[in-house]
This record gives sequence, C-alpha cells and structure tokens, in this order.
Amino acid sequence: MADEPTPLERFIQGIIPENPVYRQLLGMCPVLAVTGNMKAAMTMAGAVTFVLLSANVVISLIRGILKPHLRIVVFTLTIATFVTIVDRFLAAYMYSMSKTLGPYIPLIIVNCVIICRCEVCASKQGVITAAADALGQSIGYGLALASIATVREILGAGSFFGIQVLPAAWPGWLIMALPPGAFFTLGMLLGLVNLITAKLNKEKS
Amino acid sequence: MTYLVDIFLIAISAALINNFVLYYFVGICPFVGVSRNVDMAFGMGCAVTFVITIAAFISWAVTTFVLIPGAPLTAWIGGFFLPAEQASAIDLTVLSYVVYIFAIASSVQFVEMYVRKFFPDLYKAFGVYLPLITTNCAILFACLTIMSHVAVDNPSDAWDLGRALALAIFGGIGFTIAIVIMAGIREDLDFCDVPKPLQGVAITLVVAGILAMAFMGFNGVDSGLRKALTPSVQTKAALNIDGDKPVLAEWSVKNGVEKL
Repeated sequence: MADEPTPLERFIQGIIPENPVYRQLLGMCPVLAVTGNMKAAMTMAGAVTFVLLSANVVISLIRGILKPHLRIVVFTLTIATFVTIVDRFLAAYMYSMSKTLGPYIPLIIVNCVIICRCEVCASKQGVITAAADALGQSIGYGLALASIATVREILGAGSFFGIQVLPAAWPGWLIMALPPGAFFTLGMLLGLVNLITAKLNKEKS
Repeated sequence: MTYLVDIFLIAISAALINNFVLYYFVGICPFVGVSRNVDMAFGMGCAVTFVITIAAFISWAVTTFVLIPGAPLTAWIGGFFLPAEQASAIDLTVLSYVVYIFAIASSVQFVEMYVRKFFPDLYKAFGVYLPLITTNCAILFACLTIMSHVAVDNPSDAWDLGRALALAIFGGIGFTIAIVIMAGIREDLDFCDVPKPLQGVAITLVVAGILAMAFMGFNGVDSGLRKALTPSVQTKAALNIDGDKPVLAEWSVKNGVEKL
C-alpha cells in the first residue's frame, strides 16, 4: 500500500494535474453539449458529482468480490442505477432543467470519466480514498465545464448565469451558442492549457 | 407513401441534418481517437453502424414489449399475479437505462467474437477500440431516441421497427461520414504548420467545429423535402402531417443551447 496515492493526493490530483477534461480528454460529450449556459453546465456537474461519488464508493466497497472479466459490466450497471436515480430526481424537482439536458443525463452512464475512475481507483483502493478521488475528479470536471460555459455564455449571449454582464449593445455571437462554438471553445481552451503547461515546464527546468 | 416519406426523412435527418457527432456531440471519443487514418476510421464507422443496428433492434423490442405501460409481455406475466387492469398498467420505463446498457454491452461482446473469428486482421487493427464501443455514447443515444419515440402518450404515434432501424442505420452512416471526413482532413493536417500548443486534439476539435458549421447548411432540408414529397395541402390535412416539424429534434428545440 506504500506507493499507492493517499486520499489527499487523489483529491488534489483530480482538480488540476489530472483534470479529466483538459489532461485526460475524457467525458467530452457532455462537455460540448451542455455548456451553452452556466445553469445547465452546473446542473450537469452536480449530476456527475453524485454519480461519480456513489459509484466510486459502491465499487470500492465490493472490490473484494469483483471478478476481473465481469468488472466492466458491474461498473456500468452500478453507474446506470445511480444515473436512473439522478434522472428521476431531476424530473421530479427540476423539470425544465431535466428537459433542457434531455438525453445527456442518461448519457452519463457511458461517460468515460466515471468508468475510468472506477477502474483506476475505486476497484483498487479503500472507500475513503475512492471518495476523495471522486470529489477531486468531480471538482476538476466541474471547473472544466464552468470554463467552457463561461466563454460560451458570455460571448454567445452576453450573460452569465442568466444575468446580463456585457452591455446590451453586444450582438451576441450566435455561433458560440450553436454546436460549432462548442468545438471551437474547447479546442482553443485546450490549446491555451497546453501553452500554459509548456511555459510552466520550461520555467521549472 | 406517407410511411416511406417518414422513413426517408428520418434517415436524412439522422445522417446529415442532426448528425450524431456534429450536432448532438455523441461519440466524440472515437471521433477524436480513431480518426488518424481513413481506413481505420471507416472500419470503426462500420463497427459502430453494425452495433448500433443490433442495439436499436433490441432496445426497440424491449421497450415495446416489456417496458412501456401496457406492453404485451409484461402484462401477460403480470396477469398471473395481478388483476388484468393493474397488470396492463405496469410501467417499467424506469429500468430502461439499465436494460439498454446491458443490451449494448452484450451486443458489443457478440460483435467482438464475430470480428475476431471472421476478420482477424480487422480485429488486430481495432485493438482496444472495439470493446470501447460499449462506452460509445452514440449507441446509447440511439437507444434513448428510439425510446423517446416509443414511450409516447398516444400509442398511434409510437415508432414501429422500420422507423427505429432507419434512425439507427442512418445514424451510424452519419457517424461514419463524419469520422471518415475527419480522418481525411487529419491526414492532410499532418503536413500543415500548426502552432505547437494546438497540435493534436485541440486542432482536431477546431476542425470539427468548422465541419459542424458546414453540416449546419443541411438545416431545414427535412421540412423542405417533406413539403416537396407531400402531394398537396388537402392530402396533408387529410393525412394529418405536421409539415414543419423536424423529425428527430423535438427536445432539441427546447434545448438550452438552442434557446440562446
């Protein structure tokens, strides 16, 4: 156990150094699809947090009885169960948001971030580490969603969380709110992150 | 005739207008991961189309016969334990996600065995990506779209198997088109002078954005085609067709992305 990451390390790793979107390039579909505005993005981040935390804890608890060749099936079925809970919850308490997010809530089931964390961390380490890892990764994922949604909502509609921040004369770049804008924003932000990383590495050496 | 027009419009809509990758952003992982050369991209597209068709067939059958309220199989089994009206009211749609993911995982397993037996070269070329089709959102997305059209309030609006398969097959073909175009562009991109931080995935995403813009040009083609293919206003009224409604995109109209 000596060389395995501690809960704190797992938690910090998830936020920036191993950010699921910018570093591992996982879970791109919702990142592109629901980041048209901040509210949808944050709801999505909340849903992912709940599913990731629950799935990680459950998988970590049953890791002793997991059979290697059946583990992926067990992961997906566990995740599907929790996603059903989130989906029903949203439909009951946040109906309009549930309509807006549409099929992207059920698509959390096949979000690679969660399966990856179950595989890398939860199926090998204890409950506390798994929970810390889930929280760290979720925060990292939420930050990534927030960064893209911020750019898209401000440039696309001149607002932030639905509040007008740019002067009303701002024309609103419609393209940012449409599918191509999602690709452009993620591509450019990814380039920016790569640039910053390269600069930091150069300073270090 | 109306039926054929319907199928045709669903097909056009799934393949081009509301392309799975470029409009709904599903299946981005293989779109970015396997689009390095055209042959492999085409193989991946074919595998996805194949799996999507099988999964759509299973999910349509399961939804129609087991999950929705009043489904024949559930009502029949429930009839042994409950009075008839309670048995026909059993609603199992809450189980749909678990059932779909199970159907997808097993059909991927089946495809993997088939490809390994009959196309060993292709199997080696796919490597890790074949099992990864299980986590390809495009397939679950097709199942969910079919479900949203089968589990409707009015039973006469429910999609039959032909419509479901049209959506699945042409959704898969749309995915293949997108990934093959992308692979062609990326092969040429290797000879371009891309700024260092943008190299790799970043420039791929920017190119995908431009591609998505190009595909936006197909917007509205379906309502135009529907008008052209539907004989006259009287016939249209008699057949009760909603002329301007895009076939695949009821929810996307309400989508927050669209709203802005």
